[in-house]
Amino acid sequence: MSIDQKTVRRIARLARIRVEESDLPRLEGELNSILRWIEMLNEVDTTDVEPMTSVVKMSIKMRDDVVREGQDPTAVTVNAPRVEDDFYVVPKVIE
Amino acid sequence: MSELTDFTISEARTALREKQFSALELTEAYLAAMERARILNAYVVETPEHARAMAKESDRRIAEGKPRALEGIPLGIKDLFSTKGVHTQACSHILHQFKPTYESTVSANLFDNGAVMLGKLNMDEFAMGSSNETSYYGKVINPWRRKGSNAALVPGGSSGGSAAAVAAHICAGATATDTGGSIRQPAAFTGTVGIKPTYGRCSRWGIVAFASSLDQAGPIARDVRDAAILLKSMASHDAKDTTSVDLPVPDYEAALTGDIRGLRVGIPKEYRMEGMPQDIDALWHKGAKWLRSQGAEIVDVSLPHTKYALPAYYIVAPAEASSNLARYDGVRYGLREKGDDVISMYENTRAKGFGREVQRRIMIGTYVLSAGYYDAYYVKAQKIRTLIKRDFDRAWEKVDVILTPATPSAAFAPGEITDPVQMYLNDIFTVTVNMAGLPGIAVPAGLDSGGLPLALQLIGKPFDESTLFRAAHVIEAAAKFKARPDRWW
Repeated sequence: MSIDQKTVRRIARLARIRVEESDLPRLEGELNSILRWIEMLNEVDTTDVEPMTSVVKMSIKMRDDVVREGQDPTAVTVNAPRVEDDFYVVPKVIE
Repeated sequence: MSELTDFTISEARTALREKQFSALELTEAYLAAMERARILNAYVVETPEHARAMAKESDRRIAEGKPRALEGIPLGIKDLFSTKGVHTQACSHILHQFKPTYESTVSANLFDNGAVMLGKLNMDEFAMGSSNETSYYGKVINPWRRKGSNAALVPGGSSGGSAAAVAAHICAGATATDTGGSIRQPAAFTGTVGIKPTYGRCSRWGIVAFASSLDQAGPIARDVRDAAILLKSMASHDAKDTTSVDLPVPDYEAALTGDIRGLRVGIPKEYRMEGMPQDIDALWHKGAKWLRSQGAEIVDVSLPHTKYALPAYYIVAPAEASSNLARYDGVRYGLREKGDDVISMYENTRAKGFGREVQRRIMIGTYVLSAGYYDAYYVKAQKIRTLIKRDFDRAWEKVDVILTPATPSAAFAPGEITDPVQMYLNDIFTVTVNMAGLPGIAVPAGLDSGGLPLALQLIGKPFDESTLFRAAHVIEAAAKFKARPDRWW
């Protein structure tokens, strides 16, 4: 499977990365060379093989449903580029 | 001993307790050495105030006769580890000015044991790279050079700063992380020892995530004993990481007995790659011979799916990365670029904040997880992963450890490898270990014809790091690897 520039544009949109039109040919080439190399996996018969879900056998850990540390909005927002009254500030989302 | 920075961790531990010098004197010696070595670009941030304060506390504890396991030992911390109030950016522009309000469990464990933080170490951006050329803070220079040459070499990656700093003696040891080879490959390129423990041995809490099912923390150190000392302190069960295991941490240093009689060592025939440099093949044979001469039994094993590990990795790791890195949106931390609306703000921020390699991997990951391709790529790769693990499970019926080369070449020059797939091939011997969640150690075992370090890798059973340390210690003793880079900086 190889991808065209239209697909590169679609992937970039899904990934939320702005890509200049002039960069599309380069990305198309790079991504296709990686995808072509990955095609090697089609040689392997994986019928009846279970996909890996965990490399180490472990069961899900449970913990008591109790209040722990938290309630510190300043610590949470201190690294944000724009904050007002402990809220993140973003461009207007709803018109 | 000529200089304080030449003491290994185990030597410094004794000397500090015997009060041959103070922790502050040791730290000052490292801070001065770091300043002289800035041309290597191993540190992205030096933290002398932190270091001095921690060293003074260590001296107080030593005076009280209550030293902790790593009392006064100066360490470098890879920039992937969250350090409270201190620059933590995974060497990416997108985490511009990020200073966590918390400490990673691994670094907290080290500092609780008395270690001193010298600064944050350079790395490939988000740990994506094999040459430390993708860092937003510029490339790291390997302290090693080819015999008779002044040309710069890469230190490997992604823990290139950690490996270069340990090799240049500008820290006593360093933290590192390994998703596909990022501890072992740079250790091999710099003549240092690096161990990636079993998945779950160290807590991943507070480590900037790359590929969560593959990432593990481990140390890079000057010798096997120092690596054993560091891993003992780094490893712990942590309620904050549900994938960390609730198993006691053994005294790894106690495993260094030198006795490997009866140890069964597997040699996997699939690791004999076409076009492998003669020096590496010869070293691999030598390694087997050393182990045999100490009473180990050499056994041929087969790991038939070896060659599929790397392409499968380049589905799984980018898929997990695209998901993990979705959080960098310009809202909660780091860089924000303006946009006309919220989506263009995301897109502009991520275009400016992520470097080319990171963007490439996010896009590959996004593609293989997108509607219609998930089964063909992601599920297929996870099935291959099951087969890779099965290969190892079968091998463990016959052997206790597996011996392989650590890398397909010695260190190369910056800019020498520009094709992404060629760069990925650096991890061909290390990546199987991450895919199967196993422990692996790289130990320096000789020099190539150009005078550059080469390493062997030992792969172990899950949670059997002790046996890896024991066997690596025997290789280290047999190889008598004492070479150090000439100090040209």
